[in-house]
Amino acid sequence: MGARVGSTTILRDVDLRIEPGDVVGLFGANGAGKTTLLRILATLLVPDAGEGTVLGAAVDSSARIDVRRHIGLIGHVPGLYPELTLEENLVFSARLDGRRADEARSALDQVGLTRAAGRPAAACSHGMQRRAEFARELMRMPALLLLDEPHSALDAAAAELVTSLVAGVADAGGAAVVVSHDRERVEKLATRTVELAAGTLA
Amino acid sequence: MQAPTLVTQAAIVAGRDVLRERRAGEVLWVTVPFAAVALLLIPLAISTDTALLRRIGPGMYWVVVLLFGVLTAVRRTAVETPAQRDAASLSGIDPAASFAGKAAANVVMLLGFEAVVGVVAVVLYDIELTRWPWIVAVVPLAAIGLGLLGTVAAAIAANVGAGAGLIPLLVAPLSVPLLLAATQALDSLRPPNGILAWVMLMVAVDTGLAVAGVLSSRALMDTG
Repeated sequence: MGARVGSTTILRDVDLRIEPGDVVGLFGANGAGKTTLLRILATLLVPDAGEGTVLGAAVDSSARIDVRRHIGLIGHVPGLYPELTLEENLVFSARLDGRRADEARSALDQVGLTRAAGRPAAACSHGMQRRAEFARELMRMPALLLLDEPHSALDAAAAELVTSLVAGVADAGGAAVVVSHDRERVEKLATRTVELAAGTLA
Repeated sequence: MQAPTLVTQAAIVAGRDVLRERRAGEVLWVTVPFAAVALLLIPLAISTDTALLRRIGPGMYWVVVLLFGVLTAVRRTAVETPAQRDAASLSGIDPAASFAGKAAANVVMLLGFEAVVGVVAVVLYDIELTRWPWIVAVVPLAAIGLGLLGTVAAAIAANVGAGAGLIPLLVAPLSVPLLLAATQALDSLRPPNGILAWVMLMVAVDTGLAVAGVLSSRALMDTG
């Protein structure tokens, strides 16, 4: 598949197959197209060329919307609502997923945010917000987990969350794609690695 | 895991938006005071003649509701960042439910806005409140129409990356039937004029906007 932004080609002839249980480390320089590929895999961006399926749904079909609840994405920028507490943010996701609200609380407990659960996201550090997003994905345990630079803004203890979340998804028969510049860390997690260079898989 | 129904999803989204606004207080502490000040300035600019003010009062009220009410749809807490939209999309929310929930939250806020500004208008312009049951019908119909219109316009502006500046340009022409109908409906409260035709026009506009919004929700609300 391929993708463009305006007249600039971001991805060209990308051919990637991810099987259940795979943990794929995705590397590449800045501007190589890693985030664009991640957004296509999340079904949030429709490729301009080629075809593909994610969890059985064609990436350019309306069926992609139906599989989204089985996909988890943690990007560069936290997607929490700043006015809501960390717990309220997770309860929002839990209820949309058909889960009980108290699952949000136990997920926050798992990532060490018990005391901060009632604090507005705006009053939390970037690292705490990222941990809350990890809690959200621990609760949802998606079939396809997509992580964009997951280790950034995390302390050493919180970085262990990445390992346990990715392992949990893979053990449950899911798959994960981890985009990172931290090659050493990701190679320990990954079952295989791929490299994007100038929009093409090397 | 059983996915919630569309109605439940819409209620969850509406609850989130109302809670966010309750914490931020943008409508209550910014939009409402500015609208009240606008109603106060108009008599100072035109005339303090009570008979004249009573005659133009309903029209002034609806103009202020339209111009300032639209701001509720573009309040900071109604506009999602790309990361927030992505996270909500991946929660499995149906775009139609997302549209309905956002519109419902806008309508709730507009109803409160209309009520507060309405009290100010009645006091300043000495508006007659005879046949008040019709007013109870007209005010919510206007809130529904403006709420739907604001939701559509905000989604279009977000999709084309135009920001909030585009929204008044989209809303102003489309709100003409609503403004006309609301003004005429209150004006025709004085017997023997008929109000029913204007109320029916508002119902038709609201229904058209709701159907158009839901049918185009995938294009409007989806990030992909």
